[in-house]
Amino acid sequence: MSREVRNQRERTFLRVLLAPTLFWLIVFFMLPLLVILVYSFLTKKIPVGISLPLNLGNYVRFADLLYIQIFWRSFVIATLTTAICLLMGYPIAYWMSRQPPRARSTLLLLLMIPFWTNFVVRTYSMKFFLFRQGPLNNLLLGSGLLKEPLTLLFTPTAVVIGLVYGWAVEMVLPLYASMVDLDLSLLEAAQDLYANRFKVFTRVILPLTAPGIAAGSILVFVPSLGAYITPDLLGGSKTAMIGNIIADQFGGAQDWPFGSAISFVLMAIMLVATVLYFRILRREAEMK
Amino acid sequence: MAETAVELSNVTKRFGEIVAVDDINLRIKDGEFFSLLGPSGCGKTTTLRMIAGLETASEGGILIHDKPMRQTPPFKRPVNTVFQNYALFPHMTIEKNVAFGLEMSGVPKEQIGPRVEEALAMVRLPDMAKRRPRQLSGGQQQRIALARALVNRPEVLLLDEPLGALDLKLRKAMQLELKALQAQVGITFIYVTHDQEEALTMSDRIAVMDAGRVLQVGTPYEIYEHPTTRFVADFIGETNFLEGEVIDVLGALITVLVDSEVHVQATSDGHVQPGQAVTVVIRPEKFNLEAEGMVKGKVKEVIYIGTDTRYIVQLSARTEVVIREQNIDPSRMGQVREGGEIGVAWNPAHALVLTE
Repeated sequence: MSREVRNQRERTFLRVLLAPTLFWLIVFFMLPLLVILVYSFLTKKIPVGISLPLNLGNYVRFADLLYIQIFWRSFVIATLTTAICLLMGYPIAYWMSRQPPRARSTLLLLLMIPFWTNFVVRTYSMKFFLFRQGPLNNLLLGSGLLKEPLTLLFTPTAVVIGLVYGWAVEMVLPLYASMVDLDLSLLEAAQDLYANRFKVFTRVILPLTAPGIAAGSILVFVPSLGAYITPDLLGGSKTAMIGNIIADQFGGAQDWPFGSAISFVLMAIMLVATVLYFRILRREAEMK
Repeated sequence: MAETAVELSNVTKRFGEIVAVDDINLRIKDGEFFSLLGPSGCGKTTTLRMIAGLETASEGGILIHDKPMRQTPPFKRPVNTVFQNYALFPHMTIEKNVAFGLEMSGVPKEQIGPRVEEALAMVRLPDMAKRRPRQLSGGQQQRIALARALVNRPEVLLLDEPLGALDLKLRKAMQLELKALQAQVGITFIYVTHDQEEALTMSDRIAVMDAGRVLQVGTPYEIYEHPTTRFVADFIGETNFLEGEVIDVLGALITVLVDSEVHVQATSDGHVQPGQAVTVVIRPEKFNLEAEGMVKGKVKEVIYIGTDTRYIVQLSARTEVVIREQNIDPSRMGQVREGGEIGVAWNPAHALVLTE
């Protein structure tokens, strides 16, 4: 069998293997996306549905301060959530990665078990937890740390708490993965070359775990920015996020074209944020 | 009299129940190429790591140029290490790797560039500055690791089997290069290896270690020619061990009866008495094959290996020795045949009595 024939066969074989995936991607992902894109340039039909003509009106409607505010709020909440997850997750992941292998798998399991519970159920439980007469306030009051109960529920704080709780594991897992492969002799080499603990961290550990930081941050930031259930249950009407506005357009407001346009803007922001983030991290790593 | 670069006094290191290093004492002189030699698990790497500060001694003290190191963290010790797997920082260029120690110790920026350049030139890789470690071959990475350590001009350089991952030919070349480099920079090298030939080739002095203890410290000549224990004799080079009983002592000249029939003449550095059970150590190359000889034997095997010929000669029912002769005279070849009788001789000064 000549090399060309074999290559030809391999290529055919690969195509057959890839076909189901491609089919799935095209039919259930690319096509609906295209539909949404087309919708976003159409006009709302009364009482329900869509109609011509094509126009840019749905995108122009963003100029409204209300929507810009909601976008800004969503961005701040998502950024805060990501930052808190990173600050909390980094030491946890580092500590886990330094345990003996057997303990590591147990710890990973323990970390993941709560996340096997349905997200909505967990968010409801957080609602109960944050209640004025809920366990958190009882604990704080009982321990004498507070005189008055905290009003947490239906505030942006509650949304951030809910999102951190909801997505923390998505931060810890990629961080852990980047740390468990960290070559300990590199840390020793840095110490041997006069780097104190702080310098070992900033010059060696941090740049080498940057891929984990990037992956974890994206995995937390993206769903937080588009969050729907968490602000709906914990944020109340005053803390609506982009996800709630989009859901409104496809639900109550019955304005599919506008909902589609918001979805696309959101996607664009996420894409830009992701690309920027990776760029910055790579440059940081190279500068060190 | 050279000053002491590193001194270890009664140093012990335990990992839980395991005693990795057991009460060792060493005094390493300034400017010396000193090797810690021993099989894996003998405690040589742990000893090196304690000098570097990467492990803390359970007991005992370590002095570097007379300064106690117990309270000194690794990043403040005047030593640098070349790690076994090189441990180059993968996220930095070669230049940044080499500059790392200088930056950390606060060397002024304008001095760093020239010193890095000088270090790269010293290991003969001046063009690699902008590359990443993974773009270099094993041998090149090894040299960079060396440059990264030496650029800091440490008081002592610690090397943990630095040539272990290289192929034989490169390793041989690097041995000579390292030795030359050490002579050039004049820094004390402490070199960990399990390769006895490597240790003999490079070292000024060797400490042979086994099971956490230092068995013998000496020059390559002393270690090879006058091993004080059976382990050292066995670990360094090839050796014949002849076990027997002392039957005559005449000053330093000892006669040992081996296997109740072979009279072996040897010398002893210490005191032995008739009737004592001893081991006689004779290196294969110290034997001569002669028609008469001191003892008679039967040639069991003749193995030609190019530079030398190895003979296995049976001296008694239970005693065999390996004899090695250089192939200087081609006419000699073929004279000694398998199955034939032969006389074996040696200088008693080269046959060492061990009482242990």
